[in-house]
Amino acid sequence: MTISSRTIPDRLRSPLEQRLKSWEALLLLVAICIFAANSFASPYFLNAWNLSDATFNFTEKAMIAFAMALLIISGEIDLSVASIIALSSTAMGAAVQMGMGTPILVLIGLGVGLLCGSFNGLLVTRMGLPSIVVTIGTMSLFRGISFIVLGDQAYRGYPSDFSWFGQGYVWWVISFEFVLFMVIAAIYFVLLHKTNFGRAVYAIGNNPTGALFSGIRVQRIKFILFILTGLMSGIAAICLTARLGSTRPSIATGWELEVVTMVVLGGISILGGSGTIVGVIIAAFVMGLVTFGLGLLNVPGIVMSIVIGALLIGVIALPRLWSVWRAR
Amino acid sequence: MVKRFIKSRETFLICAIILLITIISLRFPGFIRPQNLANVFNDTSPLILLAIGQMIVILTKCIDLSVAANLALTGMVVAMVNVAAPELPIVFTLMMAVSLGALLGMFNGILVWKLAIPSIVVTLGTMTIFRGTIFVISDGKWVNSHEMSSAFKAFPRMEILGLPVLGWIAIITVMVFTLVMSRTTLGRAFYAAGGNPHAATYAGINVGKTQFWAFTISGALAGLSGYLWVSRFAVSYVDIAGGFELDVVAACVIGGVSIMGGIGTVIGALLGALFLGIIKNALPVIDISPFWQMAISGCAIIIAVALNAQANRKKGRIILKRAELKT
Repeated sequence: MTISSRTIPDRLRSPLEQRLKSWEALLLLVAICIFAANSFASPYFLNAWNLSDATFNFTEKAMIAFAMALLIISGEIDLSVASIIALSSTAMGAAVQMGMGTPILVLIGLGVGLLCGSFNGLLVTRMGLPSIVVTIGTMSLFRGISFIVLGDQAYRGYPSDFSWFGQGYVWWVISFEFVLFMVIAAIYFVLLHKTNFGRAVYAIGNNPTGALFSGIRVQRIKFILFILTGLMSGIAAICLTARLGSTRPSIATGWELEVVTMVVLGGISILGGSGTIVGVIIAAFVMGLVTFGLGLLNVPGIVMSIVIGALLIGVIALPRLWSVWRAR
Repeated sequence: MVKRFIKSRETFLICAIILLITIISLRFPGFIRPQNLANVFNDTSPLILLAIGQMIVILTKCIDLSVAANLALTGMVVAMVNVAAPELPIVFTLMMAVSLGALLGMFNGILVWKLAIPSIVVTLGTMTIFRGTIFVISDGKWVNSHEMSSAFKAFPRMEILGLPVLGWIAIITVMVFTLVMSRTTLGRAFYAAGGNPHAATYAGINVGKTQFWAFTISGALAGLSGYLWVSRFAVSYVDIAGGFELDVVAACVIGGVSIMGGIGTVIGALLGALFLGIIKNALPVIDISPFWQMAISGCAIIIAVALNAQANRKKGRIILKRAELKT
């Protein structure tokens, strides 16, 4: 229970001051500090190719994180995203065995994502079930289907032009995945901050009943958000499968939690109703820089997860500690 | 009225479990032998322990995703202490496991209580921190069977009346918490804090503090299971019980615990865990590839949550929800 009394200030804060004190500014500061620390700590860090490699750490997860951000703002959550990747990748792998070409593979990847997303959406919006439990269920179900199909086997032999989605470069060190990430970020920025749809998402997150009585089609918008999350997972599945060149049922294990971490770190309230896409973009860079910088220092992946976990709790706890301390 | 519903959920589950066992024993008659059923129960015991803890946390409108990582961390610490000092009595090991687990749970609880950080964020963070810590303290190495003392390994396997100690611990825990949840102030406070936090506050219940105790209990049970798990499988490494937190939540949901808080019973959690445990143990004996298990438990969760929602809807507590659904 938060104990807070709202006082109306004598003077409104200026827009500049507001912007400087925002979550995004704090996060940007963290990102810059990490960047500076990294470039001091390792001589290999400031290298265009290395930095380009670093982007692969977060681009795929960030694509899902944007859709997840909208979903969380609207007060729902989708924990099945990593399993959608597994199922969609398995479907593409099966198609390869049947000799399908790249365009069909992409369609299958997107289609499976779309289907899984609408399955989640139907369960949540039509049947009125809590999304956290539904998606824990579909998380087991989707990955379970991959396990049934693949068992302990793996699909390989993706066509060489398919691997361009994960390994290709558009120009010099700018990878296709990075361009896709930027494009998707821009689309979601416009969608959330410049359209009626985006305003409706905020309204639903803040007060679903109020939104309903304001004439917002609450369930339909939530359904669309689930479909979008599924679709982004499908896109991420295409990129990841193309990059790895093989499919195992354990592909992308644990990503759902990393995606949620990214979203929360980006300043999206887990209770819904607030947050920005810019925050998520910076959070994606922060997580990518941390894992890559520590990787250059030969820190094992599991230790990095301590840093990510501490970052998640710390970044949220510190401002609250500060306000508790100031209230005294 | 409410009580009747909860009761019907439990009888429903018991029927489902009996049906499940009957179908399995048609394919494989040996499954129904008492010794085998005792084995299945014993095998499910860690899940039962964790499900009870998780149920209490969910009752207070929180969720604890760090239980499996807590289990693994406590298990590793206990195993390493055992390797360093094999002569320590088993009582000491048990106490250490419970108190370390409780401490880790308290850490979650304090963040939820004092800083009002949503529990899903807190436990998501501590989950990765705990796992990482195991790697740091163990240096990524395994603690293997031959390094552990024989008393350490023997305790959970010791048989009393045909059931190993591990199973007895689950039974005792179920009994203790059935009493705690129905007969103590703290137990009722868990229901009150989740059922209606505002009313609970006005009734003099400190909701945050109640949540703190829920996390402490969940942590303590996870710690206890940590020792039992490590000594039973006689191995400890970073990834033990990976992803187990979701099985635990699944057991609760199947057992009729409402994720919205305030609804659920110890017996429900027990039955939910048993349901999953029986499926897990039965698949290999009736010649279904164990790879099916994940998809089956996924379906079970979805069906269970749909049933939960049906039960809640009939109560007519949420009036606007229906209007919302029609749009």
